[in-house]
Amino acid sequence: MNPWPFVIAAYVLTGVVAVGLAVWSYAAMRRSEKR
Amino acid sequence: MASLHTFANPARFLKLARPLTPPLFWAGVLLIAYGVWGGLARTPPDYLQGETVRILYIHVPTAWLGMAGWSGIAVSSLTFLVWRHPLAMIAARAIALPGAAFAALCLATGSIWGRPTWGTWWQWDGRLTSMLLLFFVYLGFMALLRADDDRGGDGRIPAIYGLAGSVLLPIIRYSVVWWNTLHQGQSIGLTSSKIDATILWPLWFTLSGFTCFFAAIVLMRMRTILARTKAEARMRRMAHVVEVGA
Repeated sequence: MNPWPFVIAAYVLTGVVAVGLAVWSYAAMRRSEKR
Repeated sequence: MASLHTFANPARFLKLARPLTPPLFWAGVLLIAYGVWGGLARTPPDYLQGETVRILYIHVPTAWLGMAGWSGIAVSSLTFLVWRHPLAMIAARAIALPGAAFAALCLATGSIWGRPTWGTWWQWDGRLTSMLLLFFVYLGFMALLRADDDRGGDGRIPAIYGLAGSVLLPIIRYSVVWWNTLHQGQSIGLTSSKIDATILWPLWFTLSGFTCFFAAIVLMRMRTILARTKAEARMRRMAHVVEVGA
């Protein structure tokens, strides 16, 4: 079984969730602090 | 205790949190990037697991943050229940979502790692099941916070739940000792490790990087909650002035 698709899937998933969380938290903070 | 009371003041907290958020975030990003580069390109494959061992560099930090997040919620809940600091409950509220996200990532990356290593995506063993329970406990906490807001509660019930949920932490930690699990036993300690140093070193970078990243996210979310609370208080004051004027 080729292990690389599993390794890549784990890294991509973690990256997408982490970046999404950071962008969302930053946007919410900026929006709230501007009000 | 005096310092705890000092930083429980929202104005003083913001004075510290504002300049701390960007360096924490960027230090986290740089440490993660270096650790991921090291883990994917600079370490040898494991003699038994081959290349799949590289999932270690993200799976362990997500597991650590899933559990550390709940430890933060438990400490904040206790602080709120004993000293009634509203900032403590704001911290617990801010930790809940990233904590749940990292617990979910731990389950997902573990499942992805399990398929080529164990031949299965999932097994109802002690470690996997207790981690899944922690994820559900996070979801329950978020639902309880929302329900408490809706009924105008003071946050005491979510705080009791936050404290009670910490029972799961030693169960997760010792699940591989108490039960015969498919998940490997403890292989990394503070002072020693069963993993060879040539494979282990990037993990310290991803662990510290994800921790800084998580702390920056929590600070951003605490700042968001404080700003919203302030805006809502202002709106209430304005509505009161209009009512009195009418």
